[in-house]
Amino acid sequence: MIDTLRLTAEEAARLLREREVSGAELFAAYRQAIDERDPELHCYLHVCEDEGGEGVPIAIKDVIGTRGIPTTAGSRILEGYVPVYDATVVARCKAHGLKILGKTNTDEFAMGSSTENSAYGPTRNPWDPERVPGGSGGGSAAAVAAGLAPWALGSDTGGSIKQPAALCGNVGLRPTYGTVSRYGVVAFASSLDQVGPVARNVRDCAYLYSIIAGRDLCDSTTVELPAPVALPEGDDLKGLRVGVPREFNEHEAIEPGVRDAVQRAIELCRGLGAEVGECSLPHAVEYGMPCYYLIAPAEASSNLARYDGVRFGYRSGRGGNRLEMYERTRDEGFGDEPKRRIMVGTYALSAGYYDAFYGQAQKVRTVLAREHAEVFERFDVLVSPTSPTVAFALGARTANPLAMYLSDLLTIPSCLAGLPGLNVPCGLSEGLPVGLQLIGPQFSENTLFWVGRALELAIGFDPVPARLAG
Amino acid sequence: MANISREQLLHVARLARLELREEELERLEAQLNDILTAVGKVSELDLSDVPPTSHPLAVVNVWGADEPRPSLPVDDALTNAPQREGAYFRVPPGGSS
Repeated sequence: MIDTLRLTAEEAARLLREREVSGAELFAAYRQAIDERDPELHCYLHVCEDEGGEGVPIAIKDVIGTRGIPTTAGSRILEGYVPVYDATVVARCKAHGLKILGKTNTDEFAMGSSTENSAYGPTRNPWDPERVPGGSGGGSAAAVAAGLAPWALGSDTGGSIKQPAALCGNVGLRPTYGTVSRYGVVAFASSLDQVGPVARNVRDCAYLYSIIAGRDLCDSTTVELPAPVALPEGDDLKGLRVGVPREFNEHEAIEPGVRDAVQRAIELCRGLGAEVGECSLPHAVEYGMPCYYLIAPAEASSNLARYDGVRFGYRSGRGGNRLEMYERTRDEGFGDEPKRRIMVGTYALSAGYYDAFYGQAQKVRTVLAREHAEVFERFDVLVSPTSPTVAFALGARTANPLAMYLSDLLTIPSCLAGLPGLNVPCGLSEGLPVGLQLIGPQFSENTLFWVGRALELAIGFDPVPARLAG
Repeated sequence: MANISREQLLHVARLARLELREEELERLEAQLNDILTAVGKVSELDLSDVPPTSHPLAVVNVWGADEPRPSLPVDDALTNAPQREGAYFRVPPGGSS
């Protein structure tokens, strides 16, 4: 009997290697878990059949192109779209023997923080189905939490891997910008988009990162890793300098239960031998959100121009001339959030407003990058909550776009600076997971894995949602 | 700066190739004004001496080897087209921009 709620990918690989289970048995166990629990949770938009092989199964966020498997990005405008090639990250997973379980739900074009913007209906949080799993990668995070996949790929523009991992109690890495190829991934905001792993523990997360990372000739923004990925082994933090940025830990939006759990994790860092000190990033939180919600929509308005009803995807049936066909296709095909962002972005890039909005936001971005570089002269990692709150109720923030945007308050600044970030579960508040965010300098993934692993062992968080634990 | 008029809204929608319905325009007018007020906060800072960042990594001039490789076959490239004719995408005629 395979317990998919507790099986790690590392253990699954060992079982396969030692022929204690077959690839078919393992895949079937996840398919059975999906059949049992996904009707309630709706993590998957498409579930795949077993195509054979002895590899560990994996779930793929539906913004990542998969040859022969529908890829919708959670949008009606891509309904029925079946890619004719694999994204590089998918090709690398396949080359490693991994088997695709299915495509996971996402806010439309990864625009959102709750997965409620999916045109195909929301995903529910396995810890409490009346609450959201976070977003945009709520499908991947919820699937891993509910034992519907041992691990998954997500994508992160302003927090879409880390925030759902925090709300679902799993480990998610947003890698350093440029370390993972975006070739074949539906583009949202190209100076920010990164693909990354979601897993049940830090070692699995590091292992999946080692499979997908590295230069790809098909994505000219990628670089070689300066050092190979090291699977974390240590259990102490001797010699580590931990920075606690005031603005990220004392913000009024942070719930008391979240603050307490994070404080306990910071105390644990001391107990494990780390040096802990306060620091300040004066502009990062206050100006990060407005900066991000100019840059991301501006780039999105350009990237989403390709959806015109000509080459792929939906075309309006209302007829008209070519121009009317474009406009009707886009009005009918896009949901509310992409339309809002296209409008904000087009406005911010339009004549007369470019300098005041987009140009100014790019300068703020420089300020944030400099602030981070300065504190990393004194510290190896920064710690804070990943999300200011635990998982919120379905519908709680859908009426007010700005309330939803605040969900990413603490994840956005490091994304703008191109820095890697790791979410590690650090406890429960009101019975729901709290996520600890670890931020490091560019290419510091190995440090983040080390710190994350040591904390994970010390915290002893049980990633199985109480209501599903047998 | 952040008070977008109906006329501006329609202009931006035209630039973005979106035919918005009346109820969408009404909702968007209020939401866009709220969002633009919030993001307009970036103008509080005097950043005249700060260079802009367009990309987080200092990567310049990435060249690939000039070697022919197989590309997507025409049938594959057209397989997701809403309408095709032979080796072409078919679109309705006309419409000036």
